[in-house]
Amino acid sequence: MATYSTSEFKAGLKILLDGDPQVIVENEFVKPGKGQAFNRVRVRNLRTGRVLEKTFKSGESVEAADVMDTDMQYLYTDGEFWHFMVPDTYEQYAVGEAALGDTAQWLKEQDICTVTLWNGEPLSVMPPNFVELKIVQCDPGVRGDTAQGGTKPATLETGAVVKVPLFVEEGETVKVDTRSGEYVSRV
Amino acid sequence: MNWRPCAGTSRKPRARVNAAIRRFFARRGVLEVETPVLSGGAPLDPGVESWCASAPGGASGYLQTSPEYPMKRLLADGSGDIYQIARVFRGEERGRRHNPEFTLLEWYRQGYDDGRLMDEVLDLVQAVAAEDRAWARPVGTATRVAYAELFRGELGLDPLTCSAVQCARAAHEAGLELTGNLDRDGWLDALMALVLAPRFPRDRLTFIVDYPESQAILARSNPRAVGYASRFELYWGDLELANGFHELTDPAVFLKRREADRARRERQEQPIPEADEYFAQAMQSGLPDCSGVALGIDRLLMRLLDVDDITGVIDFPWGRA
Repeated sequence: MATYSTSEFKAGLKILLDGDPQVIVENEFVKPGKGQAFNRVRVRNLRTGRVLEKTFKSGESVEAADVMDTDMQYLYTDGEFWHFMVPDTYEQYAVGEAALGDTAQWLKEQDICTVTLWNGEPLSVMPPNFVELKIVQCDPGVRGDTAQGGTKPATLETGAVVKVPLFVEEGETVKVDTRSGEYVSRV
Repeated sequence: MNWRPCAGTSRKPRARVNAAIRRFFARRGVLEVETPVLSGGAPLDPGVESWCASAPGGASGYLQTSPEYPMKRLLADGSGDIYQIARVFRGEERGRRHNPEFTLLEWYRQGYDDGRLMDEVLDLVQAVAAEDRAWARPVGTATRVAYAELFRGELGLDPLTCSAVQCARAAHEAGLELTGNLDRDGWLDALMALVLAPRFPRDRLTFIVDYPESQAILARSNPRAVGYASRFELYWGDLELANGFHELTDPAVFLKRREADRARRERQEQPIPEADEYFAQAMQSGLPDCSGVALGIDRLLMRLLDVDDITGVIDFPWGRA
């Protein structure tokens, strides 16, 4: 069984705590000058999304969470589950709403996503960093109107709403950064 | 990889702080000294780990964790009042407030007790902070709080008698969830660093005085409180800046504490460095009555410049050095 010592702690490390897989969001080394050292971490529960603060005596070890990131192709949703497939093996996984979270708004069929599996069960889905989606609704652009910083809301084919420049029109396809939710360019 | 220095805005302030420190001590007749960074022996204090250095020919030594031992050899030799701005190195200490290599201002005053030295620490911090009007200054004067009073008042714990279980309960009530086996002193450290220090008034200086004798290190026993030592620490807000002692001069007590430290290191499977026998001899020969303190210059700069991360005041922190 793999373990991590507190000296290996850093943001992004996946550990098993209270029976759940958790990812370290922030790790802080705390030590009185002449005293005992501690690692104070903020961890996000990968199953529930809850963020907790925990403190470890430095030098302690924790179990690594058997969490694996796998690239999968998004196939379709039946309304209850979102179905993904590993392209090489055709192995399919059904992901529920809890694991999917906000990612649903970026999912276009056939896009390759990163699905995080814990003991073979889907925990979360990361959309591609950039997606190209069609605008299904937005107001016509008004040239010269910079009252809102020169942007307007646009609804994309997946339901996501992003701010786009005024010159972008309904029916066009735009590139969006899913990490920030920001418009990048027209396609 | 990024070759560029990362603390540009702190470079000039650091030079000004060093100059102000030198002026402060020149005016008070305290002599600047230099002692080796590399030594054949190291402290056994379980709370600090030494870096080891080795030469290709097989020679090896330790990088200093503080200049305390050689400075005390100077004192034992009759140097009189001395100070040093020293580079020191401590284990894997790395974080927002820690860099394994950092700068300590350490000084010793003959005939001073800890109370009088605290007055001087305060004078120094205020003199340095007054160097530049753009720098933050501590508000008002410093408060002095006894370690025992703090633990009793804030947590209802007696630091000399509380059990680990009572400490764990107090920690839990304060929202601290802690993993790992700790003895009483370990718990007291946890509560101080993670629960109590964050409650210190943000813009003010706080001296915590009279540490439990189990954490005396090289402070003498406190004549005013049985079970406590004449040791103090200075905080600016929740940031620990300095650690000082009315120095232990009894060589027998020193040797007893060193053996206890060695046993503790063995129990906790920590490395056991070569002891510094030159220092032990100097203690035998007689350290004059004095008080000494070490103050972290990087930490002081963090507060003066209102910087949250120590890499904001060190151009080439470990990892980029």
